[in-house]
Amino acid sequence: MKKNLLLLLAVVVLTVIPFLMTHTVKEGEEAFSGADGQAETLITNIHPDYTPWFKPLWKPPSGEIESLLFGLQAAIGAGLIGYCLGFFRARRSSVMKK
Amino acid sequence: MHIMEGFLPVKHAIAWGIASTPFVAFGIYKLERKMKEDPQAKLLLGASGGFCFVLSALKLPSVTGSCSHPTGIGLGTTLFGPWIMTVMGMIVLLFQALLLAHGGLTTLGANVFSMAIVGSFVAYGVFRASLILRLPFSVAIFLAAALSDMATYITTSVQLALSFPDPVSGFAGALAKFMAVFAVTQIPLALSEGFLTVLVMNLLRANASEVMRDARLLPKEVF
Repeated sequence: MKKNLLLLLAVVVLTVIPFLMTHTVKEGEEAFSGADGQAETLITNIHPDYTPWFKPLWKPPSGEIESLLFGLQAAIGAGLIGYCLGFFRARRSSVMKK
Repeated sequence: MHIMEGFLPVKHAIAWGIASTPFVAFGIYKLERKMKEDPQAKLLLGASGGFCFVLSALKLPSVTGSCSHPTGIGLGTTLFGPWIMTVMGMIVLLFQALLLAHGGLTTLGANVFSMAIVGSFVAYGVFRASLILRLPFSVAIFLAAALSDMATYITTSVQLALSFPDPVSGFAGALAKFMAVFAVTQIPLALSEGFLTVLVMNLLRANASEVMRDARLLPKEVF
């Protein structure tokens, strides 16, 4: 248990450190933008004449909707893990009682 | 690691699709067989897929001042092997391509290759090698997850550099640029993914070790 708390603490520390550092932000960009988007910008810098030949069939209409769907994705995942852990934990304790 | 929709030249998109198809096909075959042979492993497969869902939804800040996300492929690979996790990874990528406009259908082959194929095979290789070297189990899990995460982002950088070589410095120049965006950012995230994978593996082993043993999900020497 103690080990797991330490592991969690390590992740929290790794996640907080970037906020404590100073970053130079390029004009027109926001701090902590996504690496995927930066790669997209880089492509258009290297090959200014490249035009994407296919568009997403559907795009979340706003940042809010996008975060809704990311939240949903994380919730589905966490639900699956929680269900699995709870199921085996309860089954083990009921076997022990018998 | 998501190459955006339409952001690979047609030939490259098709080539990566062709490269990924046999892995996914054999993965589906292995998945079906595993579920038939060891149906009690279903819940753990769900948890492995769930871990991918959570981790690839978490965009974490990095020391470079940008954000990226882990992949979560490592955990399931140590349990189910690389082939089955190739399928699980593809499901996650498909969800994100269709609902989030993150990645895409034309770039699905390339993204499956980097995350679901390279990611899971590196995780598997590192995991087995660590056990052969008799490293502690948690260290083996940590290395498998962290290095799989790094390998995925390095692969994405290579894919983009192949498609978009720098007009002056060529493939190598472009690779350095894409690596600067992806690989450096990913280092602390890969460490986080390693720690989280060990954490969830601890929880699974504390509660479901009998099932993991009966369904032959971890090598015998672990129990």
